[in-house]
Amino acid sequence: MARVVVSVMPKPEILDPQGKAVHGALPRLGFTGITDVRQGKRFELEVEGELTEQRLAEIHDLAERLLSNPVIEDYTVTVEPGVVA
Amino acid sequence: MKIGVVTFPGSLDDVDAQRAVRLAGGEPVALWHGDHDLRGVDAVVLPGGFSYGDYLRCGAIARFAPIMTSVVEAAGGGLPVLGICNGFQILCESHLLPGALIRNDHRKFVCVDQRLRIESNRTAWTSAYDEGQEVTIVLKNGEGGFVADQETLDRLEGEGRVVARYLDRNPNGSMRDIAGIANERGNVVGLMPHPEHAVEELCGVGTDGLGFFTSALKALTSA
Amino acid sequence: MAAPLDTVAHASTDPDRQQPWAELGLKPDEYANIRELLGRRPTSSELAMYSVMWSEHCSYKSSKVHLRQFGEKVTDEMRERLMVGMGENAGVVDIGQGYAVTFKVESHNHPSYVEPYQGAATGVGGIVRDILSMGARPVAVMDPLRFGPLEADDTHRVLPGIVAGVGGYGNCLGLPNIGGEAVFDPSYAGNPLVNALCVGVMRHEELHLAKASGVGNAVILYGARTGGDGIGGVSVLASETFEASTGSTASGPAKRPSVQVGDPFMEKLLIECTLEVFAEGLVAGIQDLGGAGLSCATSELASAGDGGMRVWLDRVPLRDSTLSPEEILMSESQERMMAVVEPDKVERFLEICRKWEVDATVIGEVTEVTEEERAAGGRLVVEWHGEVVVDVPPRTVAHDGPVYQRPFARPAWQDELQADVAEKLPRPSAGELRDTLLRMVASPNLCDRSWITDQYDRYVLGNTVLAQPEDAGMVRVDEETGLGVALATDCNGRFAKLDPYAGAQLALAEAYRNVAVTGARPIAVSDCLNFGSPEDPDVMWQFAEAVRGLADGCQVLGIPVTGGNVSLYNQTGETAILPTPVVAVLGVVDDVRRRTPVGWTEGQELFLLGTTSEELSGSEWAHVVHGHLGGLPPQVDLAAERALGDLMVEAGAAGLVSAAHDVSDGGLAQTLVEGSLRRGVGVQVSIEGDPFVGLFAESAGRAVVAVAPENREAFLEAAGRHGVPVTPLGTTGGSALQVAGVLDVPLEELREAWTGTLPAALA
Repeated sequence: MARVVVSVMPKPEILDPQGKAVHGALPRLGFTGITDVRQGKRFELEVEGELTEQRLAEIHDLAERLLSNPVIEDYTVTVEPGVVA
Repeated sequence: MKIGVVTFPGSLDDVDAQRAVRLAGGEPVALWHGDHDLRGVDAVVLPGGFSYGDYLRCGAIARFAPIMTSVVEAAGGGLPVLGICNGFQILCESHLLPGALIRNDHRKFVCVDQRLRIESNRTAWTSAYDEGQEVTIVLKNGEGGFVADQETLDRLEGEGRVVARYLDRNPNGSMRDIAGIANERGNVVGLMPHPEHAVEELCGVGTDGLGFFTSALKALTSA
Repeated sequence: MAAPLDTVAHASTDPDRQQPWAELGLKPDEYANIRELLGRRPTSSELAMYSVMWSEHCSYKSSKVHLRQFGEKVTDEMRERLMVGMGENAGVVDIGQGYAVTFKVESHNHPSYVEPYQGAATGVGGIVRDILSMGARPVAVMDPLRFGPLEADDTHRVLPGIVAGVGGYGNCLGLPNIGGEAVFDPSYAGNPLVNALCVGVMRHEELHLAKASGVGNAVILYGARTGGDGIGGVSVLASETFEASTGSTASGPAKRPSVQVGDPFMEKLLIECTLEVFAEGLVAGIQDLGGAGLSCATSELASAGDGGMRVWLDRVPLRDSTLSPEEILMSESQERMMAVVEPDKVERFLEICRKWEVDATVIGEVTEVTEEERAAGGRLVVEWHGEVVVDVPPRTVAHDGPVYQRPFARPAWQDELQADVAEKLPRPSAGELRDTLLRMVASPNLCDRSWITDQYDRYVLGNTVLAQPEDAGMVRVDEETGLGVALATDCNGRFAKLDPYAGAQLALAEAYRNVAVTGARPIAVSDCLNFGSPEDPDVMWQFAEAVRGLADGCQVLGIPVTGGNVSLYNQTGETAILPTPVVAVLGVVDDVRRRTPVGWTEGQELFLLGTTSEELSGSEWAHVVHGHLGGLPPQVDLAAERALGDLMVEAGAAGLVSAAHDVSDGGLAQTLVEGSLRRGVGVQVSIEGDPFVGLFAESAGRAVVAVAPENREAFLEAAGRHGVPVTPLGTTGGSALQVAGVLDVPLEELREAWTGTLPAALA
């Protein structure tokens, strides 16, 4: 078993109303010095068996086609350390 | 003339779209997401709703439904396809239309009677309108903000593919007030407002939306 | 560490085990009663079932003795359209042309305070499943809401969440939201009220009931998987020691959440799937899973049917594999239903569920009971991996719970409250009436609700004829004939505080009137009775009086209460909310094309129907301008309400009125403002007598109608025939609200004041 994390973030040029709202709330709560907030999604994929190069390539494909919309979002794929059994 | 209306799990305005087709003088045909068969229809409507709960991204999962393979292929051959709201989102996710639809800038769901200007009547779904005609149609969405890069936006404008624009106020933060767009050929149209809720005086807002459906029927008869 | 499985065999061999009945909210005599009923100590699973089913929420133990009046004070006239009365998931009434309608209003107050979005969302989900389980297709929802003061911080926390939750769930479900209320009062601070109403339509032959009959029939659980939702209180049973469940110790199991999370997408699939199994005649009995989950569904289905049921609890599909049998029985996971299906229809049933991608599992069967067992209340057996963990007469769980005669007494402060009348308060001078009007229309309870209602889809399904801000919501039922139904919910809690008996009748009268002014004939009532703690004799008196008032009132109006909900313990510390008996009235209209809207057009004659008295106590004016609550509420004259209703239904059907709007909160002034702003057409009126009283008094039984000049004579003839007093007010037209010699305000100025309040406060 391995855990692969796909993070999906709105592209920098795309308006992120949710991130903007969080950022707007910070001064009201007394948090200063944070210049921007972007809100994204995190997917945790539990992968059966060995995490081969081919498996990772499949996950990239999956992230590109389903988990993210390349028109508005970027994604990164990372292997969660310590979870690989 | 038969116009198919696809039902995905979570489609909501499918029955309404069927009623609109009927009131426009067409024959509505129910299509099921899990089938490949377009049942011989002459045009397809992808209705509003929350397909698959819109939990991942609006339209992101519906795009992979078996029926969409057939719709994409037929659209390539010129079949008129209208995506309304969630249907518009599905068309963008399917790359039949450029751009994407994101959360409203004010982050609330909005349901209003919205004034629009029809910017192009050179599509299969807007030929019954005059260019520049102002109409009032129901708008209801949570993620209706149209976004695309500047180059795409310029191209859409330049090629006359902006089909409708919001008037009075921009209800969801759409770039350049865009309410609907078409593909290059003009057979595929995506529209955030709901013309199927503007087809009878009694329920909805007047009958300004009927033209979308009569346009398609007219295009089919003359084809 | 989890406790070892407690079985029925175990209960006999270990009879004196200490059980956490008090922690589960049972009283000593209630626990003793359970032991007596079973002739042994209950297993922990049985204890879980009894404790939740005998709770106030499920058993109505404090309110039952009063609610009986709704069944007793019934005339033949009231029974005429009634197909299913109180006691089922929701009442059913005949609306003609072979159609029946079921509707009900329910509360989700406390969960909405804890987690506003999910609390409100699951409130909508729950009432929709109630309607669905009667065999009806849900066609619309409404939501009467009450909050603390608009300017309070906590209101800014709960209101946006609750509104987004109602919208988020209802919109995603594809049900139009056609009305409701939003009321602000300090008594709801810390205890907002979220009431949700759903109405459904079916053909007469499609009616389904919640009972498990037919020995050998399968019991199918379908919908969402079962998780640890809403079982916080029961965690005590799942742990070895009581302490482990309450503390967050590493060794004890995690405390289960008490909040449920809704999945409207699953509910939408559940609706379509359920309607399809109904249509194919695959269902012998059905029940939704709401409060008390499987405990409620199994015991109620079994006791309403042949009495016998066996459940293999380990077959229940779980979202969380660590759940114990007690927790599974108690889980309030949303979007689940239970159906009783004949064996040869099970395969088709499961097939339809697969088509809609809905999980479905046979988890039990209807079993035979002996005569002896039947007399004792049937027999419900629940097994867990082959061991019996529950073996009880289901009737004792579902229906034989405790019944309390709670003490009640007229509060000591009631006389003083009633003596402090608002009629003595300083009133504005003639020159100040314009400012008073602008201040009133901008006040939280009278201002425009679009900030809220624009977050709800009111158009989906394409049958919405009227929705907010009309007096009632109206939906078309049959596209060919135009048959439709109208619904309104109302309650003025301030009136109910001044006199709960009259206040409940005023709520009934207002909802009745709101339905009638649209042209629909009122035919049935549902209620959501929101009150404070029943252990407080003052509150219990308010409750008893309100129920008595409502039952008596329904008798005079000739329309039955078909079902509803009681929500008690609505209070913050020692302070109870205003008594809030929300009343929903359902009306039927033979042809929705004949409906009467609120907004008038140019060139109409305006008439005030009913009688205005100097009634200012409990009024919105006293509340807004003086922060005052005292005196006696407006006089109730239900015979006059009925006459007004009859007139409006007749005049609507005959096309004699072009617009109509009821007069209630804010008085005639508010009615004129709303009627004018609806279509941007002003009025020129004159008011006889004291203009302040004429504009702001809140006498009941009144409405304003707009009549085309050519219909004047016919309308006045009809009004005379029904004995409804008519006062000519003036005419419609122009772009200002003009009261001769009193005030002249441009509509734009009124609109600005009216629409500005909520967006500014909630930005």
